[in-house]
Amino acid sequence: MNAQAGIEVREISYAQAIREAMDIALSEDERVILMGEDIGVYGGAFQVTGDLVDKYGTDRVMDTPISELGGAGVAVGAAMTGLRPIFEFQFSDFATLAMEQIVNQAAKVRYMLGGAVSVPLVMRFPAGSGTGAAAQHSQSLEAWLGHVPGLKVVQPATPEDAKGLLLAALDDPDPVMIFEHKLLYKMKGQVPSGRYTTPIGKAAVRREGGHVTIVATAIMVHKALDAAKALEDEGIEAEVIDLRTIRPLDGDTVLASVRKTGKLLCVYEAVKTLGIGAEVSAMVAESDAFDFLDAPIVRLGGAESPIPYNPELEKAVVPQVPDIIEAARGLAEGRT
Amino acid sequence: MPDSTATDRNVPYAIRAYSPDQLIEALRKMYLIRRFEEGAEDSYTRGLIHGTMHLSIGQEASAVGACMSLTDDDKITSTHRGHGHCVAKGADLGKMFAEFFGKETGYCRGRGGSMHIADVEKGNLGANGIVAGGIPIAVGAALSAKRLGTGAVTVCFFGDGANNEGAFHEALNMASIWKLPVVFVCENNRYGMSTSTERSTAVKSIADRAAAYSMPGERVDGNDFSAVTEAVDAAVARARNGDGPSLIENVTYRWRGHSKSDRNRYRTKEEIAEWQERDPIARMAAMLKEHGITDDAAVASIEKDVEQAVEAAIAFAKDSPAPRIEDATRDVYSPKVAA
Repeated sequence: MNAQAGIEVREISYAQAIREAMDIALSEDERVILMGEDIGVYGGAFQVTGDLVDKYGTDRVMDTPISELGGAGVAVGAAMTGLRPIFEFQFSDFATLAMEQIVNQAAKVRYMLGGAVSVPLVMRFPAGSGTGAAAQHSQSLEAWLGHVPGLKVVQPATPEDAKGLLLAALDDPDPVMIFEHKLLYKMKGQVPSGRYTTPIGKAAVRREGGHVTIVATAIMVHKALDAAKALEDEGIEAEVIDLRTIRPLDGDTVLASVRKTGKLLCVYEAVKTLGIGAEVSAMVAESDAFDFLDAPIVRLGGAESPIPYNPELEKAVVPQVPDIIEAARGLAEGRT
Repeated sequence: MPDSTATDRNVPYAIRAYSPDQLIEALRKMYLIRRFEEGAEDSYTRGLIHGTMHLSIGQEASAVGACMSLTDDDKITSTHRGHGHCVAKGADLGKMFAEFFGKETGYCRGRGGSMHIADVEKGNLGANGIVAGGIPIAVGAALSAKRLGTGAVTVCFFGDGANNEGAFHEALNMASIWKLPVVFVCENNRYGMSTSTERSTAVKSIADRAAAYSMPGERVDGNDFSAVTEAVDAAVARARNGDGPSLIENVTYRWRGHSKSDRNRYRTKEEIAEWQERDPIARMAAMLKEHGITDDAAVASIEKDVEQAVEAAIAFAKDSPAPRIEDATRDVYSPKVAA
């Protein structure tokens, strides 16, 4: 974290932290605008923008029609011509409607034009399951966008990072996609007041340990920390890495940990196959850290299924704390 | 723009609105586009250009006419058939050919090719390989202009095929509700690849779709330079005045196929010949001669001048260096800004 001196640290929620970042950006820079569905007087579907419209007006906190493709394209065009839009998708699932503008335009304009223009665009995607909203409102699609050169993709897991990564995204000249797990919005944490940034492309070691490395994203960071705490009683010391950014990936932090522990467990909510776990595993396999592995790599990811409605089924299709404990224990004890 | 008076009501709008020098320059640009496209086609046939290209021969009045009242601060967004728009907005032919030839000196340093040529300094935000991809982007540029108070107008070119994309409808709606300074210029050349507008589009005139978004819509003869400028100039003035967007439909025709793979099986030779009779450049030249603005000798001189300009541009492109292989992934992201 790169913060100013003498600032106050308070406990606020993840959603409040994002709102605070947007408030700072709107107050500091006239070019910043917010766009999205029902982000004005409604305050956003998850109350993230809250009452910002009262402070900045409807010209800067713009309710868009339910037009994800067009809205995303307007944000791209605005970013190319001098504004700094922050575009909120109501649910990350709705990004499927806007893929053309995100993937073909935002990500590629700079390259296609030989660097003549850049697209300083921030998009926010409320993601993940656990709200009973079923298959079309619960997906974790970050790896889709992580596969696209030209985009940067972050997944803040804490209120502090939610604010710092959003401000870093606004400072970035290229499009940054921020995936926010919906179950984190109400989570509270220590957040410095004022402006600071959290570096994009840098993972955080949330807990040190010498027996097994757990690489996790978003809400799985917290589940991994809970699992690590339980394993402590069994004498197993897990190191928990919060990836924070999935493009560009922070290889150094992951590889250093694997060299130390010789065991790797990847935990993420998105569908297990062809996801971030595969990428992290391959990164280790392709590096010298492979020689340090004492056991096969283990991935825990979402089931090969849409997210179901029934609450017990919904929990069953994504990794839970007991799953992480079992997998980590197995690795630490050499039982995989 | 000079005021028109009651006495010259029968004089075409363009003659009234623009000086002889401006009109001759417009004619020159139309010839330049025609010769440019022929030069591109010829270079393709000789194997100097790979990939594909979409030629706009026959649509020159639309490109040049729609840009007449724009300044370099005004923006355009263009399409896969965008060479003419690029020339009309003032691009350098050498840099355009260099891009076709995949050279480092091209507008996109050889990374974009025909479908992505842009000229940001002149306000051209780029051609686009995705049908209707540029329409919401144009609305975004208009949003910037309004918020930042630049006074700039965006002209958004697209073809008839784009009018059935969702992005078209979403973008026009937003431009209208936010009263943005954008002019939507549909170049209806009657076919989206092989599918005619009769078969693809539920309305007879694409301009009718403006009604759904509470904006003026006008269908004009897109091969009549004066008709195009009259409609687009009014829409640009309206946009600049803060009165919001308009939709202009320029009815025109592409003489060549959709792209280099087109076997022209969906239209007849007679139809093509009939449209060639309505050549926008010949009509423009005739109009200027009729009003004493130019003559045969001057037109011949323009044609010769244009021929030389295209030859010089091709020579520049041929002689230009290719990009370095080690730079293949440069420009995916912006250079790291020092902390």
